[in-house]
Formats: sequence, structure tokens, C-alpha cells
Amino acid sequence: MKWSKVEEKIFVAIMICSTVVVLSSLALILGTVIWRGLPALNLAMLIQTPKGGYYLGKEGGILNAILGSLFLAGGATALALAISLPIALYLHFYAERSWHGEVVRLALDVLWGIPSIVYGAFAFTLMLWLGLRASLLGGIIALSLLELPIMTRGMDEAINMVHPLLKEASYSLGATRLETALKIVVRQSIPGLLTAVLLAFGRGIGDAASVLFTAGFTDHLPTSLFEPAASLPLAIFFQLSTPFPAVQDRAYASALVLTGIVLTLSLISRRLAGRLTEHVIR
Amino acid sequence: MLSDRKSDMSEPHIRMNDLNVWYGSYHILRHITADIPAQGITAIIGPSGCGKTTLLKSINRLLDEMEGTRVQGQIWLDGMNIYDNGVDVTEVRTRVGFLAPKPSPLPMSIYDNVAYGPRIHQHDHNSRGSKNQDLDRIVELNLRAAGLWEEVKDRLRSSASQLSTGQQQRLCLARALAVKPDVLLCDEPTSALDPIAAQKIEAQLRELKKERTIVVVTHMLRQARRMADHVIFLWMGELVEAGPAMQMFAKPRDGRTQAYLDGDIG
Amino acid sequence: MAPSTPTEFIEKWLAIPKRLSRQTLDRLAKKWMGFQTVAVGMLVPLIALALLLRAQPILTVRPLGELLFGTTWHPIKQAFGFYPFIMGTLWVTITSMIIAVPPSLMVAIYLAEYAPQRVRALIKPLIDLLAGIPSVVYGVWGVLTVVPLIRNYVAPTIDRWLSFVPLFQSDNPTGYSVLAGGVVLAVMVFPIIIAVAEEVIHAVPRDLREASLAMGATRWQTMKYVTLRKAVAGVIAAIGLGFSRAFGETMAVMMVVGNVPKVPSSILDSAYPLTALIANNYGEMMSVPLYDAALLGAALFLMVVVLIFNIASRLTLVRLVQHS
Repeated sequence: MKWSKVEEKIFVAIMICSTVVVLSSLALILGTVIWRGLPALNLAMLIQTPKGGYYLGKEGGILNAILGSLFLAGGATALALAISLPIALYLHFYAERSWHGEVVRLALDVLWGIPSIVYGAFAFTLMLWLGLRASLLGGIIALSLLELPIMTRGMDEAINMVHPLLKEASYSLGATRLETALKIVVRQSIPGLLTAVLLAFGRGIGDAASVLFTAGFTDHLPTSLFEPAASLPLAIFFQLSTPFPAVQDRAYASALVLTGIVLTLSLISRRLAGRLTEHVIR
Repeated sequence: MLSDRKSDMSEPHIRMNDLNVWYGSYHILRHITADIPAQGITAIIGPSGCGKTTLLKSINRLLDEMEGTRVQGQIWLDGMNIYDNGVDVTEVRTRVGFLAPKPSPLPMSIYDNVAYGPRIHQHDHNSRGSKNQDLDRIVELNLRAAGLWEEVKDRLRSSASQLSTGQQQRLCLARALAVKPDVLLCDEPTSALDPIAAQKIEAQLRELKKERTIVVVTHMLRQARRMADHVIFLWMGELVEAGPAMQMFAKPRDGRTQAYLDGDIG
Repeated sequence: MAPSTPTEFIEKWLAIPKRLSRQTLDRLAKKWMGFQTVAVGMLVPLIALALLLRAQPILTVRPLGELLFGTTWHPIKQAFGFYPFIMGTLWVTITSMIIAVPPSLMVAIYLAEYAPQRVRALIKPLIDLLAGIPSVVYGVWGVLTVVPLIRNYVAPTIDRWLSFVPLFQSDNPTGYSVLAGGVVLAVMVFPIIIAVAEEVIHAVPRDLREASLAMGATRWQTMKYVTLRKAVAGVIAAIGLGFSRAFGETMAVMMVVGNVPKVPSSILDSAYPLTALIANNYGEMMSVPLYDAALLGAALFLMVVVLIFNIASRLTLVRLVQHS
């Protein structure tokens, strides 16, 4: 056989092996979390808050962290949405093909790459200046900063997929840019927008480093924006840090819950993206 | 029918037998059966979208590179069906060169562009056979054959992207010739060029047809009239008529060919 | 006419947009959206500035060289040397890149050039899934799988066969090591490098590939001599993005590297990355002078490095996209 063919065969084999390695690392992670988390998971854990001595292996659950995470990520997603959508629309309708639109896109891409611990430190600084303690609100601010670039770029791309002729058609009927943006383009790109929102939510709910000092941690359910809030990633981290195997098992169960939430979100966004297309013109 | 191919010296160089091509579910070429004689220029003409380029790319199996393409039927090249299982595609493509409509210089120097093919194949044949002097000779020979040597001989090491579009296309011609193909496929080779650059390419092709079989796809009838020795006329994925150029242009047998030549359709 | 009921009151306010002309609304919207856009565009310098202000107290009393290259970290004694932590981060990050880059590029080439449409449609969502897994879950996986694997199998094997190589000499028996951090980070950056590299390889014009294939080159030769040559800047940008992601990762790394504040000399040693330093100490530093300034200085340093890699990579990618 010709050497060039042999060489190609060797490299294709390496490529397939690499693909198998990457995919099996995914399988390994999911497998490990399920295998160690599932036996430790029970209903009581999901519907109780930590009782006294929980971190020593006594009674209780992680409802505080589950609810706290949902509140944190939910609030952050709402806040980020209020900022992201106008920016995505602005980039598309008022800064089309202009250099400053590209600069903002670049800035968003760069923001995307900033480590979450830096967001945490920055948000903590902001809170200091605003006189906030570690609280639900602080965590929401930190997470919304983290989610902002993810959501905006996702929306930007979703809006970019809308056919330009649709916009022209709306303009030619006498609609203003704002009307075209809200009534035509937003509706047309709803599946993509929703995917961006869910992606950002998923990123927010899984992040630990940014809420570490901004949201704090508590054994109670979140009641006020100005009280500390627990979160799942930190609950996992703290439980794992204890020397008690029983508590560590709960950390695995909590990791399973978190992974479950994140995977469900990504599945839902795939499903919804296909569903909400009733009025979408292709 | 094909069993006596070795004895018959006037055997066509390329013989297409009931060739069908699909893009997905779209049947773009239907039951093409045609011969392409050795030497000379065969022009494939027809209105745009009729499958000219698809037919051309089927001859060196470039269609394989497009996902969702399915080919059925045979193409015999010197008595070998290039769509047989076990045929070495790279071997087929070495024997059947290709010139794209838009010049596509590789991201390297002028010299390296022409030397690309010989270098690629040097490992496979008498290993390390091509010495540097050999390569120099090959590069010069083929740049001359493409009519580019005089213009670039002093800057062989500069990047190919610095050449003008017309020069780039002749560089691509030289590059294609450097692997010594018996057949050269040209897909609208002058469509991206200005008239003077186009003239140069046409002149080179006319020169090259003495030793090679050249197949040219063109949508310019006048170009076909100027260059072609044989003509294949395609219409909506079907072969309408094929034959010597003189006869086709003077007295087409099919009404559609007549209409196309008159400019009524296409 | 004063509104008498709450309903009327609300209706009156809701009617205001209707009274404004549509053009005025459009202009107002433009102003408001534009303001938000500019504000977010300014966020990067704003974050840097805030961190700089907070780090100022220590930057004014300690020379930068002492902070970056000082080897002692003892806040109570006012010694703030970042060197062991910077080296910890570098060791872990570079290890992860050595592990991650070759397979990532191979997968990217496979997806862009070889994989049939069906296979691609199957694999890409799975790789996206990998990107969506929270970093703390990566950390849990590291603790459960990678660390024991290194402790029980990899380290003993290396110790037996390769202990003459300084890079592999270590007396750390725990498994919590640079290598563990490197493996976990490598898996975390797989999806980033793969996605970006695949995109830039895919963006190489088809004509170019066809030109090479048409001369009888194999796909691999075409990839090696033509496609990768054209895509090399983008591939480096992909690696740069992966690097900056690994450089700034906190949770997963600090769970598996052991957090011993000493410059590692072997991949089996423990390390203490900058991110872990910040995460572990922030919040309890308020009473010690200069402590919080030092930690925010660390965050600033982290951000500057990540920014440099990120901006360079993004600019390269933007330029590539414009050219193709």
C-alpha cells in the first residue's frame, strides 16, 4: 500500500481514538456522578433543610441549596435578560454593520472568557461600595454579570438567523425599527432567544466561584434579597470538604441533583427550540 | 461491448456508461452515456444548472468530496472503471487533473504551488526520487507549459497570492500539469478572468491538447466554438447530443441543441 | 380630569406610549438600548479599574517584582509573594494544555473533514453537553475518579519506571496533584478547543481543499499541507481560548490539586493555584492589613493574563472570519 494511504489510515485511527476519549470522558463523568450519587439520594434530602449537625452526618437535606440556587440563577437570569435583549436588538437594528457593533461583540466575547472568580471579586467590590453584605441580591448581581455575555451573544446569533428579507418586508409596510424588532424579529427568533436564556441559566446555576463570597451560605431557605442564600455548587463543595463519608455521600447526591438540573435544562431547550416555531417562517 | 477495448486503438479515452448522479434526492444527472476521445478538447455545454460541472467532477471523483452525493454507473478511463470498488481515488485524480473556475493558489510560494503535487507523490513512488534539481526542472517545465515562466522566474519564492488573477489561474494550470495527468478537466477556466487573461489560458489549452485529453465546461458558446473539437450538450441533467464540434455547430440533430445554439433557450 | 379609580390611573399611564409618536418611541428605544450597550461594552475596563482601585493599597507599598516573584506568603507577617501561586497556576494550566490540545485538534479535524453528517450531528451535542457540566461536578469527578487513579495506579507506575526523570519525581502520596488538576482541566477545555478549531478548519475555502484533492492528495495530506496551514492562526486562537479558560478556572482545580503553597517541581506534586488562593481566603481577610488588597491584586493579575490571551485570540478569529 502507498505510504500516503497508510499515513492517512494511522491519523484517522488517532482521530477516532481521540473522539472516543473525549466522549468517554463525558460518559465517565456522568457515570461516576450517577453511580456514587444515586445510592445516596433520597426524597428526604430534597425536601428538608439541614438540621442541627447536618454536616456531621445527622438529619436534614439540601432544600436550602436547591431553592437558593434556583432563586440565585432565576434572579440573575431575569436581570441578565432585561439587559441582554435590548443589547442584542440594538446590535442588530441600530448598530448594524458598524465598527462599534463589532467592538461590543468583541467586548462580549472577552467578557465571556473572564473567570467567574473575577466576577465574584468584582461583584463583591460593588457590594462593598453599595453597602451590601453577602446576600441573595449580591449573588444575583455576580451571576447576572457572568450570564450577561453568554445570553447576549446567544441572542445576537439567534437574531442573526432571522432572514433579512423579513425585516425589509416590515420596513416597507411602514413599521419603525422598534416595531419591527419587537413584533417581527423577536417573535421570529423566540426559539433561539429561549435557548440563549436557558443556556445562561444553566451556566449560572452551576457556578460556584462567583457566589462564594457574594451570596454567602446559610442553612435556611432564602426569604429576603438581603439575606445570605445557599447554593447547590457550594453545598456540594462544603459537604465534600467534611471528613465524614456519610456527608460526602450527600455531596455526590447533590452533584447528581445539580447535574440533573443542568442536563434537563439543556434537553428542554432543545425540545422547546423545536416546539415554539408555530409562527416562525423559514 | 467493452471486452475488446485493448485491441481497438481508436477507443475513446473516457467512456461514460449510464452515469447517474443524485444530490440527496435530486437526480441531477440522468443516464449519461458518452465518449470523450483521446487528445483534443471536448467542450461540455448547456444552460446553467444542467449538470455540466457535476459531470466534469464525476470524471476525477471530486464528487466524492461532497456529502450527500450518490453516483451510479461507470466511467471507463483507459479501460478501468474509476467507480469500481478498490479503485485508488488519489491515483485517478493524479491521472485526471482539474482546473477550477476561480483560481485557488495554495497558501505557499509560487514554486511550492507547482512542486506540491510532485512532492505529495514522491513518497509513494521511488521514495525520495525527486531531488531538488529535479523539482526545479519540473517547476520550470510546467510554468513554461502554462505560459507563466517568463513572468515569475525571478520571484519563485514569493507568495502565490501576490500574482494577478490571470497569473494565478495559469499557476493553477501549471500546478495541475505538474503531476503529469493524461486528462485535464477545466471548469469554466476563464470565467473569473478578464478577456486578455482568458485569451492566454485558451491559448495554453490549445497548445496542451496535442498531448492530453482536455475537457472544458463552458457556458460561453463562442468559447466552445473557438476551442472545441468535440461537444457534449447537456439539457436539464440529460445528454441531448454529442459529437464532433464541426457537425454539432453546423447541423445539430436535436431541436433543443438548435434552440440553444440560436440563443432561444438557456 | 383627574383619574378616580386605580384602573383609570393605570390606563392613563398605559396610554402614554400610544400618545407618543411612533418615531419618538423608536428614537427613545434607540437611546435606551444604546446606553445599555455602551454600559456593557465598558464593563471590561470597569472591572479592571475596580480591581485596580482595590488592589492599590498594596501596589503602592510593594514593588510589583516583589509581589510577582516573592516566594513567601505570610499575610500575618505582611509577606505577600505570589510566586508559588502563579507557578501553581502555570503548572496546572500547561499540564492541562499538553493533555488537551492533541486530542482536541484531532477531534476537530475529524468533525470538520472526515465525520459523515450523521456522526457529526450525534457527536457535537454531546461535546456541547460536556461544556455545560458545572465545574464543581468536574471537581467531584476529579476527587472520585482522577485522584484515586493517580494515587493508586499512575503515581506508583511512574515511580517505578520513570522516577529518574525530575519531572516525575515526587513524594506526594495523596494523588491530589498538578496532574489531577491537569486532567480535570483538560476535559473542561476539550469542548472549547474543539468547537473553535472545528469552526476555523471548516471555514477554509472549499476551493483550496478541492485544488489539493484534485491533484491526487489524500485528505490527510490536504489537511496537513493546505487546510491547517491556512487555519493555523485560528487553531492557535482556539488553543489560546482554552488556555485562558484553564488559567482562570477555580472550583474544579482547587478540589483536586492539593493546595500546598509551594512551587511544584513535578507533575505529581501538589500545587496551589492563584484562583484557589482567592477562593480559599476571601472573606476571612478583612482583619489583616493589605490582605484583601493582595487578593484583589491576584484577581487583577488573573484577569490581565486572561484578557491578553482572550483579546489576542478573539481578534485573530474576527480577522479570519472577515477574510473568508
